[in-house]
Amino acid sequence: MGIELLVNLTYVAAAVLFIFGLKMLGSPATARKGNLVSAIGMFLAVVVTLLDQSIIDYKWIGLGIVLGGVVGAVVARSVAMTSMPEMVALFNGTGGIASLLVGWAALYGFDPNSFQMVTIVLSILIGGVTFTGSLIAYGKLSERMPGRPLVFGGQRIFNILLILGIVVSATLFVVNPDTIAYLYIVVALSLLLGVMLVIPIGGADMPVVISLLNSYSGLAACAAGLAINNIILIVAGALVGASGIILTQIMCKAMNRSLSNVLFSGFSAVASGGAAAKIEGEAKPMSADDAYYVLEAASSVVIVPGYGMAVAQAQHAVKELQEILEKNGAEVVYAIHPVAGRMPGHMNVLLAEADVSYDLLLEMDAVNPRMETFDVAIVIGANDVVNPAAREMEGSPIYGMPVINVDMARNVFVMKRSMASGFAGIDNPLFFKDNTRMLFGDAKEMLGNIIKAFG
Amino acid sequence: MEIVFLAFILMLSIFLGFELINKVPATLHTPLMSGSNAISGITLVGALTSAGAEHTQLATILGTLAVAMATINVIGGYMVTDRMLAMFKKKQGDAK
Repeated sequence: MGIELLVNLTYVAAAVLFIFGLKMLGSPATARKGNLVSAIGMFLAVVVTLLDQSIIDYKWIGLGIVLGGVVGAVVARSVAMTSMPEMVALFNGTGGIASLLVGWAALYGFDPNSFQMVTIVLSILIGGVTFTGSLIAYGKLSERMPGRPLVFGGQRIFNILLILGIVVSATLFVVNPDTIAYLYIVVALSLLLGVMLVIPIGGADMPVVISLLNSYSGLAACAAGLAINNIILIVAGALVGASGIILTQIMCKAMNRSLSNVLFSGFSAVASGGAAAKIEGEAKPMSADDAYYVLEAASSVVIVPGYGMAVAQAQHAVKELQEILEKNGAEVVYAIHPVAGRMPGHMNVLLAEADVSYDLLLEMDAVNPRMETFDVAIVIGANDVVNPAAREMEGSPIYGMPVINVDMARNVFVMKRSMASGFAGIDNPLFFKDNTRMLFGDAKEMLGNIIKAFG
Repeated sequence: MEIVFLAFILMLSIFLGFELINKVPATLHTPLMSGSNAISGITLVGALTSAGAEHTQLATILGTLAVAMATINVIGGYMVTDRMLAMFKKKQGDAK
């Protein structure tokens, strides 16, 4: 009794630490400490759980912790900042599969009542969907899989049947817990559902998917907590589940789309293509030297980074250019679109890596009203988030999405590898505007050439 | 009663989660996500009992696997978040 009380009181303390930790993650000045606070909460919860009297043998626990700890630490230390999105997706997946396994193992510990059977099935279902969904997201983000939506005829019907199958087999299992075959069917179908839910979603919508999967992994832990009657799992899981949903909403709002539109529009994308008006005109390329002359005379510059900056690893070169321009007397700020890159806040992390002060990173709403006052807007590897078609062309698939209005700056430089369209596969009229000049080539190289011209 | 009690905790936690995250600046969305992702590794606590309780051989195997997976989530998640946040700096005036 004494130990059980100690365990539960420590769980309360851990919950407090998680809450403070999340709160502190909300401000750049305290964020790092907040992460530490929440890690201490986790440590406490784990250590006190080891005192639990139902634990007889520690060798398997030790094995699991050492194995997982080494893998986690090595991966966390070695991953490049540019591949952070796929990393987060992978970690998400491991959390999901762990909840699935916990739910499954809970079947053997005690005689679950029907409420617990339901929660066990839920943790298996959500955990399974999180696991395979995250793996697919990882595949798309790391470009091991095509980023385009994968669709096939009858996909919608297939998915409906799949969900029906899950409901039926899950119900059968809850009613007949002794027929283990139903469990295997639930596990298999859940894993399949995770795949089916993410493959029709295009790479450009991945920020939304990652935050949604993040939410799922919390909900899976929460369901596992209900299954094994563990309060800290319920509290922490629900916190993560709720925060993931909030982030998902913020992302959807940034793209002016509803969540269901993001999740299911892949199905209709095939049909509606080609309806948009043709864009006429000629893109005007320029050299690094020409860019230098304009930048040398500029007194205010806004830099708009996108995923291309991450691909080219150009963040340090960007920072160098910023310093040169500042020394030259110009004001330099960064405009960050909420869904620039492959996960929310991706650009901020990369620029922070390059030592750019975070108060220079402005959000879209802060920059757009004063866009006319900038002498030069430099777009580095961004495409859809600066596409004026979102404002001007009603037929465009991204019409209505809030974008950074770089075309309203006096001059626009677009750094791009080629004329190919962006991740969303939409033409960009920005490239044909009178005040736009194209700098074709690798962003890092191109920035280096401009910096050299200053030297 | 037990179910009602759990449902209460669940509901309050969800509301708290909404409130905590609602006002976070976009700059911190990535670390926030990986930080909260690490918290979802709390499922490790559940995995520990499964792995150590010796209910059945299958439960031990499932539990051990769960411990390993959840530990990857926890350790990796916290470390990677710390790595990112260590880079977030504000320039102090002219001091370079």
